[in-house]
Amino acid sequence: MYFDSFHAALVMDGHGAFVWAAYAITAMVLIILLLTPVLRSRRLRRELAGEIRRREMTQTGREGPHASST
Amino acid sequence: MWSFFHKLGSPPWLYRIAGSILSWLLPLTLVALAAGAVWGLLYTAPDFRQGNSYRIIYIHVPAAVVALAGYYVMAIAGGISLIWKMKMADVAMKSCAPVGAALTFIALVTGSIWGKPTWGTWWVWDARITSMLILLFLYLGVIALYEAYDNKDAAGKACAVLSLVGTVNIPIIYKSVDWWYSLHQPASIKFTGESSIDPSMLYPLLLMIGSFYALFTCALLMNMRLEILRREARTGWVRKLVGA
Repeated sequence: MYFDSFHAALVMDGHGAFVWAAYAITAMVLIILLLTPVLRSRRLRRELAGEIRRREMTQTGREGPHASST
Repeated sequence: MWSFFHKLGSPPWLYRIAGSILSWLLPLTLVALAAGAVWGLLYTAPDFRQGNSYRIIYIHVPAAVVALAGYYVMAIAGGISLIWKMKMADVAMKSCAPVGAALTFIALVTGSIWGKPTWGTWWVWDARITSMLILLFLYLGVIALYEAYDNKDAAGKACAVLSLVGTVNIPIIYKSVDWWYSLHQPASIKFTGESSIDPSMLYPLLLMIGSFYALFTCALLMNMRLEILRREARTGWVRKLVGA
């Protein structure tokens, strides 16, 4: 490691606040970027699964010969 | 060769192949990003003129480089969907926009933070920075334009035209530091001739640029998978997928 101590790495001769802030903001944006599609597709799949289940339930409720073909 | 293009147009195939690529590329990308960041932050010597603030280069330059390259991907996908009416190209174009916007935002914010200790100011309206800001607006414009239309075919066409017209901005960004007097330094890495950056700083930078390219690919594929699911929600294969 270039720095002598953890504290030195944190301060970086006065530039620490700038450097660490830049990295922290980048990490935050990237986490949001990657998490958004994961959460959204999880929700979409749940919604679609629920829709299918509801349709199956209404179909079985009507029973065999009366069930509509839609 | 033709069968490959044929498959590219098939949503279930693209959904599956994107998933299998992500299963190894995403963990690899995260490890490479973490390794590159630690390398750049802690294991390189400071710049002899800028001191430690230069360490921002390991996220600023990769984000900017990939934000620009990503715009080409978006414009080419837009062109393909406009000319050959490929639905999956439209999906790719739409999925590029948020990723490119995020990377451009990172490039602008980290550049601003870097500017304070180096130039003494958070922001200057010089050619490089202003053209990068326009790039951000182009990405956001594509997102907004897509949402503005109820008819998604028309939305796709309008966005494709916008992204193609916007490519004018890309060479301006590249050349801005040479054409206009600017606080921003010209490129330190050159494909032809000697790079003006020490190898000990160059290697972590190259690792980070590679990682950001991989990150762009991952985020793009994830967004595409979501968009495919949305558009194919009424088809048999998606029902089977979510029902299982």
